[in-house]
Amino acid sequence: MTHRWRWLLPMAALPVLGLLAYGFVLDPRSIPSPLVGRPAAAFTLTAFDGSPLALETLRGKVVVVNFWASWCNPACYDEAPVLERAWQTYRERGVVVVGVDMQDTPEAAQAFIRRFQLTFPNAPDAAGKVAVEYGVYGVPETFFVDRAGTIRAKHVGAVTDDVIRGTLDRLL
Amino acid sequence: MARSTGCSEPGARSGASAGPRDHDVVGATLEGRGETATRTLALVVGLLLVATLASAQPPARPVSDETAHRIASELRCVVCQNLSVADSPSEMAAQMRAIVRERLAAGDSPEQVREYFVQRYGEWILLAPRRQGFNLVVWGFPVAAVALGLLAVAFRLRRWTRHAGATPARVDTAMSERIRRELEREP
Repeated sequence: MTHRWRWLLPMAALPVLGLLAYGFVLDPRSIPSPLVGRPAAAFTLTAFDGSPLALETLRGKVVVVNFWASWCNPACYDEAPVLERAWQTYRERGVVVVGVDMQDTPEAAQAFIRRFQLTFPNAPDAAGKVAVEYGVYGVPETFFVDRAGTIRAKHVGAVTDDVIRGTLDRLL
Repeated sequence: MARSTGCSEPGARSGASAGPRDHDVVGATLEGRGETATRTLALVVGLLLVATLASAQPPARPVSDETAHRIASELRCVVCQNLSVADSPSEMAAQMRAIVRERLAAGDSPEQVREYFVQRYGEWILLAPRRQGFNLVVWGFPVAAVALGLLAVAFRLRRWTRHAGATPARVDTAMSERIRRELEREP
């Protein structure tokens, strides 16, 4: 190698540095769900009030499936009033909010429901099967299922009024 | 399903041809057909029932602990940091281990079980990327880098050795002359 080209050698490190820099701008916690655009997995659970809760029976409605837990503080505590508000606002327009409680005890979950006076159907996912079917890796996670039963959006973390309104207006 | 139609068809045909033809042909044939149809229906329903029962309870296969553990050790515990499903004490990991065993018992191959999780969580669920497509870069890059490095070292070494052989030490003639003289002076 002649002296003139010696400066090229350190340049080889540039692509590696570029790759590492690119890694820094990514959010390692944002994992794209392969389920968006796919049919929502059917599930049948028994709600805390004893009534059956099956996704199949809600076909034709826009369904907001929210995975939560009573120990998930503060995110689940922040979004519980938001979800209740969305259920009250949108139920007339064919929207159902469904809560799936995971990794929880029935007592703590029911105390949570009473605390936030949740009136939308909530059911425990005792075996964690529904959570795995939906590729849930943490709480809270919210899936938006359209009238045809296809998952159209997924939100990780506490939902806000804006998120719910924006997504539901798109699906209605 | 294929079995049930196969069984009902010959019955329907023989019933229709065996219908009485002496008097009102149309009526008799219809009557015969009705009777056969009922019998066929009963047969189909019976077969369907058997088929449903058979499919609802697939023979549970014995699950090898080793296989279940191997699959679990390749899956990421979704609520942990850098822990496999096999190693995590979390409830979620325990539930995922149960699902692995359940799917194996239902007759899924290890690859199908992995695919089940990949379809729901994406490739992220696998602790090691699959050796296919773009992922091969990850597997191939270190090998390529080491090969390149060895090549560079070999190149360098060759140059060094060639230099050593090609250029004999140049010693000043005056200096060597002086050394020779001083050596001669030694007793």
